[in-house]
Amino acid sequence: MAAVETSAPPGPTTPAQPGRRKLTGYWLLLPGALWLGVFFVIPFYSLLATSLYDPKGSVLGGYDVTFHLANFVDAIRDNADVLVRSLWYAGLATLFCLLLGYVLAYAIAFKAGRWRNLLLVLVIAPFFTSFLVRTLSWKLILADDGFVVNTLQTLHLMGDNDRLLATPVAVIAGLTYNFLPFMVLPLYASLEKIDHRLIEAAGDLYASPVRAWFKVTWPLSLPGVVAGTLLTFIPAAGDYINASLLGSPNQRMVGNVIQNLFSATGDYAAAGALSVILLTIIIGLVLIYVRTAGTEDLV
Amino acid sequence: MTGLGRLRLWVGDHLIMLLGLLVLVYMFVPIAVVVMMSFNDNSKSRNVYKFQSFTWDNWTNPCKPSGMCHDVVVSIEIGLLATVAATILGTLAAFAMVRHQFVGRSVANLVVFLPMATPEIVMGSSLLSLFVVAPIVPLGFWTIFIAHVMFCISFVIVTVKARLSGLDQNLEQAAMDLYATESQTFWRVTFPLVLPGILAAALLSFSLSFDDFIITNLNAGQTVTFPMFVWGSAQRGVPMQVNVVGTVMFLVSIAIVLGGELNSRRRARALAS
Repeated sequence: MAAVETSAPPGPTTPAQPGRRKLTGYWLLLPGALWLGVFFVIPFYSLLATSLYDPKGSVLGGYDVTFHLANFVDAIRDNADVLVRSLWYAGLATLFCLLLGYVLAYAIAFKAGRWRNLLLVLVIAPFFTSFLVRTLSWKLILADDGFVVNTLQTLHLMGDNDRLLATPVAVIAGLTYNFLPFMVLPLYASLEKIDHRLIEAAGDLYASPVRAWFKVTWPLSLPGVVAGTLLTFIPAAGDYINASLLGSPNQRMVGNVIQNLFSATGDYAAAGALSVILLTIIIGLVLIYVRTAGTEDLV
Repeated sequence: MTGLGRLRLWVGDHLIMLLGLLVLVYMFVPIAVVVMMSFNDNSKSRNVYKFQSFTWDNWTNPCKPSGMCHDVVVSIEIGLLATVAATILGTLAAFAMVRHQFVGRSVANLVVFLPMATPEIVMGSSLLSLFVVAPIVPLGFWTIFIAHVMFCISFVIVTVKARLSGLDQNLEQAAMDLYATESQTFWRVTFPLVLPGILAAALLSFSLSFDDFIITNLNAGQTVTFPMFVWGSAQRGVPMQVNVVGTVMFLVSIAIVLGGELNSRRRARALAS
């Protein structure tokens, strides 16, 4: 952007001294960078240190950093099933978000006309009621004597004693619901940029609408798909609100375990180790995913 | 094109819009439930997950559940403070990133993107481990504030950056050509044009802060925010007044967003005529 300033025709205003100009960027950036540095970057270092604490210590007595790598082995051994379940639930929720979100984003970008802005407002509107209150209302929707369960039972799609609450279905439905806007917005941003003439051209060359979608629209919307799936999968994998409110202890996710280790058990070393493991797995998956999808410009 | 083909296209067109609207309905069902339950009279039954009978009581006595209104006030205080801080820091950074040159641009982009792409539980636990090792402030109101500013900054930067880079630079050039000084150009042209982006970022920050639970819960100490109140009472069955707060939050923010949208439409029309 700065290039514009240099390439502009010499205006009547005298340009500022180049020395001052160069530093302005740093001064503007400094406060925000400091905040993120101290309260976002440095905490990762202390989390790593925490994960290497000697588990014999306590919050009150203090911990020794003994490079106790066994914390990691223990954390994986104790929580392998929970970790796998978290990734699995988050993956399924992401897939459902992609299906639902693509339809909605496509409809807004291509079919909504002048209603676009209104529909976009409606997409972010659910953000504005409390996450917890919204999740709790799913408890009512999926309740054992509620409308959904009764209907499914009448249709004999569910047995008389089957429930939806406290099952993986409820947790995944909750995750899908809660993170859907994170999928729709980046998808919309990508779809909206597509030049409609490209799709028309595909039609002119005798591609069926379905084929045109596969060959033109989908590839062009890939950056949005990648950004959306990441913004859905990552928070979903760490979430424990849906698992706690809509699931049973059998649907515990890794977030539940970390939260419990910190607050109920006070086992900071194990909690730290498990957090580091979760983060490492997610970074690994993201790197593989981004490389496979072949998009570099996420930001 | 044959008539049959045209019919198929028509159905295809409207089918997608219809499916899209169904997805929107899915997104709004829980909100409808929240609004409905704010009128629920549950004094006769302990089941708080079923509509019993209609009442205005929850709306006329919103502060009946002990502690709830206090916690709402705490959330609003933290939300306002965090919004102001994050909006200022984020807007300055966004200007730097779009308008100025500096070394380490790609690192800056990464650091801005990461907080949005880190699971909250990991961010919360790292922050907690920092506060335990280095007790700068005791866990409570101010640690929640610090955490909220931290995760809001990125969203502010992204929002303001989008607005700023979509700006027509010819307008600023024109002001300069008309002998406006640099600061006049900034305050009379650039800033008013970026302002909608800054306000959107502030609204986003406030709702993120007001709503946050996972990070807050880890770093709250003895302080209780509204989401923590909901979480705590969810074990026993939430009081119906929680739905009143949810409904009010929803209505207020919709009013703000729609007001902004109408305002900008009116302005666009005034400019066009």
